[in-house]
Amino acid sequence: MKMLTVKGIDSGYGDITVLKDITLSIEEGEVISIVGANGAGKTTLLNTISGIIRPKSGEIWLDNQRIDKLPAHKITELGIVQVPEGRRIFPLMTVYENLLIGSSLPRAKSKREENLEYVFDLLPRLAERKDQVGRTMSGGEQQMLAIGRALMAMPRLLMLDEPSMGLSPLLVNTVFDVISKIGEQNITVLLVEQNVKKAMRLSQRSYVLENGYFSMEGSSEELLNNPHIKKAYLGL
Amino acid sequence: MGFLSVVANGLSMGAIYGLIALGLTLIFGIMKIINFAQGALLMLSMMISYWLWAATGLSPYVLIIIVAPIMFVVGYLCERVLIKPVLDAQKDVREPVSVLLLTAALAIVLENLALMVFGADYVMAKTSFSDVTLAFGPVTVSAARFYGLIIALVVAGLFYLFLMYSQTGRNLRATGQDRNAASLMGIDITRTYAIAFGIGTALLSVAAVALIPFYYIHPSVGQVFMTKAFIVVVLGGLGSVPGALLGGIIIGLIESIAAQYMTATLTVILVYAVFLLVLFTKPSGIFGSPYEW
Repeated sequence: MKMLTVKGIDSGYGDITVLKDITLSIEEGEVISIVGANGAGKTTLLNTISGIIRPKSGEIWLDNQRIDKLPAHKITELGIVQVPEGRRIFPLMTVYENLLIGSSLPRAKSKREENLEYVFDLLPRLAERKDQVGRTMSGGEQQMLAIGRALMAMPRLLMLDEPSMGLSPLLVNTVFDVISKIGEQNITVLLVEQNVKKAMRLSQRSYVLENGYFSMEGSSEELLNNPHIKKAYLGL
Repeated sequence: MGFLSVVANGLSMGAIYGLIALGLTLIFGIMKIINFAQGALLMLSMMISYWLWAATGLSPYVLIIIVAPIMFVVGYLCERVLIKPVLDAQKDVREPVSVLLLTAALAIVLENLALMVFGADYVMAKTSFSDVTLAFGPVTVSAARFYGLIIALVVAGLFYLFLMYSQTGRNLRATGQDRNAASLMGIDITRTYAIAFGIGTALLSVAAVALIPFYYIHPSVGQVFMTKAFIVVVLGGLGSVPGALLGGIIIGLIESIAAQYMTATLTVILVYAVFLLVLFTKPSGIFGSPYEW
């Protein structure tokens, strides 16, 4: 069943249009990836879906509800939760407080204890560092915290914006492992990445974003074997 | 007056300065707005408290339960009706300047309205304890100032606990630390801003009831405290809660101790001298840090 549908949106900042006529759909339970180079518009797309930026034209639908005019916190309430680029954890709060902020919505608050258990089980490092202040943690730990915080909000659709950015190869693997575990949990995942190979291996379908429009889309397996992708993104 | 009594008086005035600065620092920490109407809103709180005291004859301190909610609503509505539209028009600006002008204008309007309604007279709530002096061994302190100190410290403490341990407090801090991340976590930023402004204004009502038994009220009384609140927050670190209280106490102590050795006009110079010294040596203030909430 279709969950999220993005219909022909144009979006950007002020007079600058970054995204041109973007159309995209995600099925319930799917893991999809959006790949592309720096500046292709990946973050703009996620922020438009999240309601941080208003699209200039086009529509965004969740199930049977149009959401492109809703404020960001309402969209989170509906179950679309973003793990933002650069982690954006609350730097002066402890790990535990960050997780509490994630579950401050009424929907998530009633299941706080359960979710906390789930997050600590999935990301044991957070349990060890429960009382540590966010900004004193390493990049990898901060990324785990950002993912944990988003899971506390009980997402139906989890959108991750370059979760592997700035991490060591070892940690990149850990992060991707975590994401694939989340994908098995009945949570729909939209992954935005520059690490094309890993993102496509993890996802069922992929979209390739180039200069603000989708140049290619299809099953990740086929795209991985596509000559253009191989040449431009995989360096083969 | 003995030295310890001077210190006690300085502490009490300083704690009230701190309380006023707390509202300023809260609003800045969360909204990144300098509220120039803080002084005028203090004046308004003092006027309302005085009027309620005169009308009911209740102890000014009891009036907190009425004045604080009134001022919360005043602040909340100020944000919703006046500040929000301006903020929305500049929503991509981190520290919006036009809001600064708006709050300055609000201060002028409030002061002149007060002049129109209350007149330019100086009034004070002459309570049963206004002229009473308390003695603790060698330390003597005016009863009204002593009660003011206690109230200021208790409220500052409660406010700190609220900020650290309640859900609303946590949401306020999260919004101050990263507005976009907070809204991605489901926090309603518009509402949080209005609450922050409401609480910042409600804190003034506490300072107001602490002040009226010993401090004259007039339409421009806010200006005196406004200037000091600015010095206090910069001294303590803009956006820092403990900094506001400590900064307030430092200023209060300098004023009262220095007044023993020099004329009152010179103590003002001394306050600014200390202020400059801190700015030169630690520009971010005593408790200042790049991000504070």
